[in-house]
Amino acid sequence: MKIELKNICKSFNTKSNTINDMNLTIEDGEFVALLGPSGCGKSTTMLMIAGIYKPNSGELYFDSQLVNQLEPKDRNIGMVFQSYALYPHMNVLDNISFPLKQQKVAKEERMERAKQAAEMVQLGHLLDRKPSQLSGGQQQRVALARAIVKKPKVLLLDEPLSNLDARLKIEMRGEISRIQKKLGITTILVTHDQEEAMTMADRIAVMKEGQIIQYSTPMELYKQPKDYFVAQFIGTPPMNFLNGSLSNHQLHLPNTIIDLKRRLLEHTDGDIDVHVGIRPHDLTVGSNGDVCVKGTVNLIEPIGHSQMVSLQVGNQQVRFFADLSTRIEYGSEIEISADISALHLFDPTTGKSLKQESAGKELIHS
Amino acid sequence: MSMELASYQKETVPVVSSASKWKKRIPYIIAYGVLGVTTLPIILMYVWLLVSSFSEKMKFGFLPVNFTVENWRFLWSNVEYGGSMLPSIWTATWNSFVFSGVLTILEVIIGVMAGYALARIEFPGRQALMKTTLLLHAFPSVALLIAVFYILNFIGLFDSLFGVVLVKTALQIPMTAWIIKGFFDDVPWDVEWAGLIDGCSRFKVWFSIVLPLIKPGIAAVSIFSFLSGWSEFLLLYTFILSDENVTLSSYLQKLLSDPNMVNYGLLSAVSLFYMLPVLLFFIFTQKSLMQVSAGGGKRV
Repeated sequence: MKIELKNICKSFNTKSNTINDMNLTIEDGEFVALLGPSGCGKSTTMLMIAGIYKPNSGELYFDSQLVNQLEPKDRNIGMVFQSYALYPHMNVLDNISFPLKQQKVAKEERMERAKQAAEMVQLGHLLDRKPSQLSGGQQQRVALARAIVKKPKVLLLDEPLSNLDARLKIEMRGEISRIQKKLGITTILVTHDQEEAMTMADRIAVMKEGQIIQYSTPMELYKQPKDYFVAQFIGTPPMNFLNGSLSNHQLHLPNTIIDLKRRLLEHTDGDIDVHVGIRPHDLTVGSNGDVCVKGTVNLIEPIGHSQMVSLQVGNQQVRFFADLSTRIEYGSEIEISADISALHLFDPTTGKSLKQESAGKELIHS
Repeated sequence: MSMELASYQKETVPVVSSASKWKKRIPYIIAYGVLGVTTLPIILMYVWLLVSSFSEKMKFGFLPVNFTVENWRFLWSNVEYGGSMLPSIWTATWNSFVFSGVLTILEVIIGVMAGYALARIEFPGRQALMKTTLLLHAFPSVALLIAVFYILNFIGLFDSLFGVVLVKTALQIPMTAWIIKGFFDDVPWDVEWAGLIDGCSRFKVWFSIVLPLIKPGIAAVSIFSFLSGWSEFLLLYTFILSDENVTLSSYLQKLLSDPNMVNYGLLSAVSLFYMLPVLLFFIFTQKSLMQVSAGGGKRV
């Protein structure tokens, strides 16, 4: 089912809008993540799609049918809550079959379908347990089975993985993706974990203070962030930032001056300060690249296949990855470099990217 | 700090000397001692009641003389007191049960709905309503007696158990609703929303998901209202005149009406009889009663 939000506004008090004039289109069968820090309105957006909250203004369409005033029970949606919200007084089977019971599905068929759903999330052997007798991961699976049992048109996932431990998270991540692809169900995931959003979603809407900052595919967000906020939010470890300044297409960094090609930038006049972003993965030891940075090593973190090194550059930290074979010592001064195409430039006042759209596209394709 | 450290070390040392063992027990001994002394009079009163109900008279007021079951004769025959026959104890018992039972049912039904509304539904005047209901609870019912008499008389419910049930319910509802509201506050919104999304209407969610979750609260409130109905005296004494509507508390009062001819043996026996259901009730429902303290109110 295609979901469209048009100029949606929602406020809980008269002072400010929690959601401000939001536009979002989710295609049929698409897996979209709403990503942002806590309090940015992503859960509110989801609850509006669920019908729990009604928007103050704007329109919400399901397959081009206006559903603003439709009650949640008539929307044919399934939802997994962060707290799982299982019914504690019912056993697993009753929990899963509850949505079918509300649709007045005959008992035999109901049990059959509930068992199928339970099987799909590998819970077949726990049907008689009460939620309190299950582990967090198992409760999560029950919640997922309950959400998909009635074959809803939309699946809403509200931070479904945040209460699981790291290993289980990765496991469930794969499982949810697999089920979503198998059922071809339009899915919306709310999360503050960019890794979760990156790995699972087809498209990500990065939100901040009730507005969508950028809405595109995970790779595009990573390679071509349109905004400083997106750039520092997406990617682990986060993008490194240095303060620099631009004048006449020359970029001044603490100890280097780089000549930028004209085509790389949106048109700018005069001298301005800029945030210069470089992803840790784009940096290598040595001075082979176009952009060289010198700094003092102040932290080395081995992570198995490589080591993550933090450099002190001026009063800023720069992280990069080094081969295990490279000998790096605490306190030593080393030089690292990156390709000029790996640079991201942002206007510090507006946060907008100064890189030309076309330049970015070229970089992605090359 | 050094004290804490010392006691911590003492606990970790495997062999404890007998002197320090005693030292550890001192707080318990003091606590039990104080509690024992303060509860002793109450326990003695109950013992006195029991002994006196089975003896002909109490010498010097505390020495029982001759075992007898004569004082319990009200169980199988009507008692004559002060020249008139008292109504059967069984009528009074039945009436007390009906009074407390109907009170409980009404209170729980109304309280559960009012509590939900106060906890979950936004409507204008919600806060004001909650504050005034508390105020109403603090209002002494004696002050209302005359007004209530006029109203009951006007609607023809004077000298009827049902009329008094209504009055008592009205006086109890504020507290009940408040207690129940505390329990509803503890039910996460998520569970309710999940029910809505799974296809329930708001009412269905309330009934089939939220209510089962506050069962302990319902149990606690029912027990409280039953007990308060059982021990109600003032309203029943004031608004019930006829013998066929008498309840146990009024029955007891009849035995005391003339201070010169109180039969203390009989009085003790009836008092014990009156207490018995309450005691049994307490023994079986203690756990649920404790729940009330668990569900304190949060959102005003």
